[in-house]
Amino acid sequence: MAAVAESKGRGAALVMVLYLLFLMLPIYWLLNMSLKTNREILGVFSLWPQNPTLDNYRTILTDPSWYMGYVNSLTYVVLNTAISIAVALPAAYAFSRYRFLGDKHLFFWLLTNRMAPAAVFALPFFQLYSSIGLFDTHIAVALAHCLFNVPLAVWILEGFMSGVPREIDETAYVDGYSFPRFFVRIFMPLIASGIGVAAFFCFMFSWVELLLSRTLTSVDAKPIAATMTRTVSASGLDWGVLAAAGILTIIPGALVIWFVRNYIAKGFALGRV
Amino acid sequence: MTLELSGITKSVGGRMHIHRTDLTLQPGSMNVLLGPTLAGKTTLMRLMAGLDKPSQGRVIWNGTDVTDQRVQDRKVAMVYQQFINYPSMKVYDNIASPLRLMGVDREEVDRRVRETADMMRLTPMLDRKPLELSGGQQQRCALARALVKGAGLVLLDEPLANLDYKLREELRAEIPRIFEESGAIFVYATTEPEEALLLGGNTATLWEGRVTQVGPTPSVYRAPQDATTARVFSDPPMNFKKVSIKAGRAGIHSAQWDTGDLPDGDYLAGFRPAHLSLSETPGAVPLSAMLETTEITGARTFLHLRHGDDRWVGLVDGVHDRDHGAQMTVWLDPSHVYLFKTDGQLARTAPYAAAA
Repeated sequence: MAAVAESKGRGAALVMVLYLLFLMLPIYWLLNMSLKTNREILGVFSLWPQNPTLDNYRTILTDPSWYMGYVNSLTYVVLNTAISIAVALPAAYAFSRYRFLGDKHLFFWLLTNRMAPAAVFALPFFQLYSSIGLFDTHIAVALAHCLFNVPLAVWILEGFMSGVPREIDETAYVDGYSFPRFFVRIFMPLIASGIGVAAFFCFMFSWVELLLSRTLTSVDAKPIAATMTRTVSASGLDWGVLAAAGILTIIPGALVIWFVRNYIAKGFALGRV
Repeated sequence: MTLELSGITKSVGGRMHIHRTDLTLQPGSMNVLLGPTLAGKTTLMRLMAGLDKPSQGRVIWNGTDVTDQRVQDRKVAMVYQQFINYPSMKVYDNIASPLRLMGVDREEVDRRVRETADMMRLTPMLDRKPLELSGGQQQRCALARALVKGAGLVLLDEPLANLDYKLREELRAEIPRIFEESGAIFVYATTEPEEALLLGGNTATLWEGRVTQVGPTPSVYRAPQDATTARVFSDPPMNFKKVSIKAGRAGIHSAQWDTGDLPDGDYLAGFRPAHLSLSETPGAVPLSAMLETTEITGARTFLHLRHGDDRWVGLVDGVHDRDHGAQMTVWLDPSHVYLFKTDGQLARTAPYAAAA
């Protein structure tokens, strides 16, 4: 019996290892490339860098045309997350606490916004923002991403808010709290993990979204993803620098995931997202 | 400080939740709202608090019409059945929060918080978060928050219903004391007649959105105006039997008794479960009933009886384990029988209650 159990355990471990290998291989390969010179990348097949170098990273962190990509991306991502949460909080509160004509339809309709591919909206946004002078600004991208992120944030936050008993609101009013004061002092701490989860999803979507951000920017607000794709045709292909840029692009997302990892499961468990 | 509900109604989506009600709560009185679930106790309370607006009628506080006033300005206090505290704040800050909102200065806040915490026996827990407390302590924290600001109207919506038996007894004994000390108008909603009797004061019985009777608790209990009130204010519910009176005598089959000078006709006889007895007492009449089940609770036994089409409950002392399905004789003293007219109005109160 023990032998059977042991071989079973070993089998499970094997599957797990294979799965992790499968998941991690592309990331490892990216890291591997980022630490090599172009000559080594193109010349030999090596599982790890034979002459490890940080030159690629140095290039990115010293050349404004590279690192401004990160600054731009982070700027509009943070802007977008802040706007999305600020707009979604009152909206979610309304959906969770009040009954009004068509509330359920409106709530569902919010989600349908996410069903259309971003490409559908690229053209109208481009024309609209060009004509009102928002083209190639951070706020343009942040606002465009709101189209997808606000519904998502409303959906997530509504789930968390509905988990807070209505009696807490009423007790606060009876105690004399005005609505804004109650919302900030009492209610927001109660749904802090929900706000965290919603912010995480907004951040991630905005961070990885490429089409809208590339369409709506040219120079001043060019996101890092666009910088990477545009360098492809510059002067041959700088494989090492591109790989380093890729690694640096993963880092912010990974950091955010690390901070909210305990809450994400909760966000999913509430039947939302 | 007087609260007056004048011609209040509340309907939601075309359904009447509270039928036209006039109610005046006297200064410094304990008022019990007694009724089964969905009778409208909570709705009535929310109207008093100002959390809901009445569909018709006015709410008058100390002679001022406060119907359209925001709940924040009403200066009332409310405690729910669920233990509602602010989970992100410490117990101290929970209790202090209404005072801070009123702009009371720091030292005064501290003094009153400690005083109230002391009264609610929460002093050792002031530095904890509400969710780290037991259920009884959580509810005491909610009560402390309601009492600390010295509101003139304190609304308690089944505050003990979610507590376990022991804690409930404990807090129930404390509430009259707290009430005495506060001097405010207390409104206490409960589903349990026993609780109403223990709290004393006034009782308003509710049934399906109507206040059926208001008055001092013992007199509502002893002299219910109609069959509905009697049913609500009796646990287990009052037993009923249709009787007809001829020439001053009422009868259930062979059991007959005098009914004084009531006119002849059909009546509804009502008697409380505790007034059925297994042994003959002086003046009692025998009734034959079929025993369906018994429930034994320590020193007392609930007998579930069937008498013709009527289901009765008897509550007798001692442990009686009888065969189910057997015919048995129970004794009823006619002096414990209320007589109601067929429309439910009281025709004659039970002689024992009239004498009391």
